[in-house]
Amino acid sequence: MTLLYPLQSLAAHPARLSPDYRSTVKRSPQKPLIPMRHTLSELTGPVYGHETVRAHDNDLTIQAKGEPLGERIIVHGHVLDEDGRGVPNTLVELWQANACGRYIHVVDQHPAPLDPNFTGAGRTQSDADGYYKFITIKPGAYPWGNHHNAWRPAHIHFSVFGHSFVSRLVTQMYFPGDPLFPFDPIFNSVTDAKARARMISSFDLDNTKPEWALCYRFDIVLRGRNATPMETK
Amino acid sequence: MSNQRPDGITPSQTVGPYFKYGLTPNGEYEWNDAFTNNLLTPDVSGERIRVEGHVYDGDGAVIPDCMLEVWQADSQGRFSDPQDQRALANSSFKGFGRCGTDKSGAYAFDTIKPGVVPDADGKPQAPHIVLAVFARGMLLHLYTRIYFDDEAGNAKDSVLALVPADRRATLIAKKAGSGNAYTFDVHLQGDNETVFFDV
Repeated sequence: MTLLYPLQSLAAHPARLSPDYRSTVKRSPQKPLIPMRHTLSELTGPVYGHETVRAHDNDLTIQAKGEPLGERIIVHGHVLDEDGRGVPNTLVELWQANACGRYIHVVDQHPAPLDPNFTGAGRTQSDADGYYKFITIKPGAYPWGNHHNAWRPAHIHFSVFGHSFVSRLVTQMYFPGDPLFPFDPIFNSVTDAKARARMISSFDLDNTKPEWALCYRFDIVLRGRNATPMETK
Repeated sequence: MSNQRPDGITPSQTVGPYFKYGLTPNGEYEWNDAFTNNLLTPDVSGERIRVEGHVYDGDGAVIPDCMLEVWQADSQGRFSDPQDQRALANSSFKGFGRCGTDKSGAYAFDTIKPGVVPDADGKPQAPHIVLAVFARGMLLHLYTRIYFDDEAGNAKDSVLALVPADRRATLIAKKAGSGNAYTFDVHLQGDNETVFFDV
């Protein structure tokens, strides 16, 4: 199945220059981007099989000798195209802070403890229906230097490939009801409220495991639709 | 799964400053690399090349926390993707690579010179590599293309023809000396701003 990638879909994305997020000021182009028709170079993309993902790479709670501290959660959902069809066998990568809001990255100097049992990296492949699932720890909020008293809402970074190089998406999944939403320039760089809502997972009681872990659902919608070609005659 | 049609795509957000341990650990963190900057496979044919350079911000400062991803055809112009229905590639060459910049903002990919791929009208494009640029401060990644300064096909390439002549050089990697290395710097902003495509 060959998909089309209308440019209108991109309207959901943030503007590259979003001055409230200060780092965008020197890292966004000032000259207009050049439109071009998609060629095979844009319409194809890397295909990775199970060799890229090891068993249990989707469970961030069993990567170390002991269990990480924090609130164990299940994060699952479907990778979909714009028509709502599952995107099968696509790579889903995630990374996140630990329960205290600290990343293991050497640059992160937030004075909160590292957890020797938590790396915060995972990957999986969507199944034939586009379904994916991770087991992890609910990440903490953390401060950053963008402005006085700036805090990032708790979030999990996602990286997804999809059917083509132009369906590539890196995003962040947020948690419902976070009080930091109104103050976060990265979250609010998406100016349309409906589009912002698509970055917020929903609490999933039906798939919450009794006596074990809360569950959150996060569907990821990638560019691409199988539009019916117009009759020209 | 809900069968409802989504009301739009999921918006992009920045990779932030801390992606390295998850996406480009490169032996520095306890996590394996799904992808590296070496696209070469033992069975791949073609001219082995290195594409290297630095990434700069609008002040001309190097960007040490950038991630670059490349996608390209093999030396015969075939993509390792069944959606390319012309012919299946006959090697294990995937054509995809990922590299984080180092402290000096430098990156490098080891690969093969790609072959010729048709454009939207079926005419041959000059050999090129598609490049996606991600970083802290970039809410949405940028797409550009790496062409090669020793390819005569550049003059007839329909995508290069869309680019104002005085900016075209930003898309063309320059062969560095007599070796197999090409230099391709990325300027996110400024006088030498790289041409990015709205795709």
